[in-house]
Amino acid sequence: MILRIDNLVKHYGPVRAVDGLSLEIGEGEVLGLVGESGSGKSTVGKCVLRLTEPTSGTIELGGTDITHLSRRAMRPLRRDVHMVFQDPFSSLNPRFTIEQIVAEPLLRHKVGDRREAARRVAAMLERVGLRREMARRFPHELSGGQRQRVGLARALVLEPKLVVADEPVSALDVSVQASVLNLITDLQRDMGFSCLFITHDLSVVEFLADRIAVMYLGRIVESGPTAEIFAGPRHPYTQALLSAAPVADPVRQRERRRIVLGGDVPSPMDPPPGCRFHTRCPLAYDECRTSEPLLNDPRGGGHPAACHLVTADRVPDAAK
Amino acid sequence: MTEVGQAGAGPKAAPAEVSRRARLWRRFRRRPMPMAGLVLVVAFVLLALVGPLVTGDPAAQDYLATLAPPSGAHPMGTDDLGRDAFARIAHGAQVSLQAGVLSTLLAMAVGIPIGLVAGFYRRWLDPIVMRLVDVTLAFPFLVFAVGLAAIIGPSLKGVVLALGFSQLPAVIRITRGEVLAVREMDYVAAAIADGAGDGHIIFRYVLPNCASPLIVQATVAIPAAIIGESTLSFLGLGVQPPTPSWGVMLTTAQQYLSDAPWLAIWPGLMIALATLGFNLLGDGLRDVLDPRSHR
Repeated sequence: MILRIDNLVKHYGPVRAVDGLSLEIGEGEVLGLVGESGSGKSTVGKCVLRLTEPTSGTIELGGTDITHLSRRAMRPLRRDVHMVFQDPFSSLNPRFTIEQIVAEPLLRHKVGDRREAARRVAAMLERVGLRREMARRFPHELSGGQRQRVGLARALVLEPKLVVADEPVSALDVSVQASVLNLITDLQRDMGFSCLFITHDLSVVEFLADRIAVMYLGRIVESGPTAEIFAGPRHPYTQALLSAAPVADPVRQRERRRIVLGGDVPSPMDPPPGCRFHTRCPLAYDECRTSEPLLNDPRGGGHPAACHLVTADRVPDAAK
Repeated sequence: MTEVGQAGAGPKAAPAEVSRRARLWRRFRRRPMPMAGLVLVVAFVLLALVGPLVTGDPAAQDYLATLAPPSGAHPMGTDDLGRDAFARIAHGAQVSLQAGVLSTLLAMAVGIPIGLVAGFYRRWLDPIVMRLVDVTLAFPFLVFAVGLAAIIGPSLKGVVLALGFSQLPAVIRITRGEVLAVREMDYVAAAIADGAGDGHIIFRYVLPNCASPLIVQATVAIPAAIIGESTLSFLGLGVQPPTPSWGVMLTTAQQYLSDAPWLAIWPGLMIALATLGFNLLGDGLRDVLDPRSHR
């Protein structure tokens, strides 16, 4: 296991951003962490990078418990994990040139001398598809897609074992999204890093992720292999999410029944009792309002869901 | 990145190793307003350094020509005691330059580190520093200057200390406010993920991105300090007679405004030009140092 998160809790004052989340990522595995805004998915990423201090729980990176490591003790471990940020405009230091930005991880970890660093930076920039003359430019001279490639080069230049990608394409135009997604897919196949891919858009991870975990109000409600999640979602929330994503085939799209969820995500300051999803779930019944369903897997297949209605012989269908 | 105009005016592709300073200077030179500012500031400095050598003794009196208008012998006229106004302007430039530049440097040298540390680390330090700044702001500047003069005696040193101290709250506040905004940027989080230590983050990420408002502050503060020096000298807390300063000259000139207006015009004009020079220079510096502002 590259990453093991156990019962992670992160509260910002009264806000329970992450409230008891567990997940694991194996070597070379891509996990898509999917959720609406406010579900706490970005906070998970920040905790893994130790950009924020977890309230409780444990995070193990390559077998080392990093949950409460000091900034200094964490530093050598940062060779193994980096991050791609959502906003291509604020994630690059405007005072650095592109090559300076990409060289930073090498120089901070004193990998090779300056010449070696320059060589690796040039190779990395080529690999993410940036022309040589971009190296001496400043971030403001680049387009959003180019900037995101720079962010990718910075995250990968040390060849880390794990990359946390926090909505790396959601700020980009759709046409650019596809090319950056393809780039991430290619790089992941070549370099074999594990990836925690955080997104609000299921369709983004359909062809990239090996497994998908769906988050709602600080917890995982369902997880499983990508193909299984798409073919047979078990949790009503996942079913609603999937029904909202359009399908490219217009005939099939017309036949689909959409599940429209009522209301908004409840406040993470005061999550509902019982099942956190019961306020919006079309199938909710009395038990859902009082007892919280645990993530379990009565049907097998490494595909657990946190819903009372999922049993060994039955899967709920929110579309009915 | 298209080069506007000057087609064929030299190869655009610079040799790979043009130093950063050379690039900045090239960029600076193309702009007329900052260049005008630079010329004014250089003229000001030259006046302070070379002027006194040329003009002779500013205290020498010419009893036959008191309150004389500008003439060949006295190009800027003379004051009520028959002293040559040009000699006094030249010597006064030294005092004004020192009061303006040294006090601002002092405030920056002390205030920027305090603001950086308070804004970056927050915790218990930030509220303490900010309350101290509030207290300092509430404290009348003149009372402080009088107290300081009482301790170390009225002198240029006292003027510089008093003016520097009075600028300190503004410098700390500006720095801290900028740091608070910059430290939340994703590129700082990325620097942490790069494995950078606090020192590296503060000096290479936070400080450079806080520089613009501080440069603006300095260009406003230097002229303000030049005027502040004249206030203190007027009250007898600054440089002592017979040492001339532009502020002292201006206050003396008040009494003779109708009889000898040139006595007020020269120091007033010098203060105005110095202010303009530092402002234009500062704006230019800010633009040149910020890579976002040029194409």
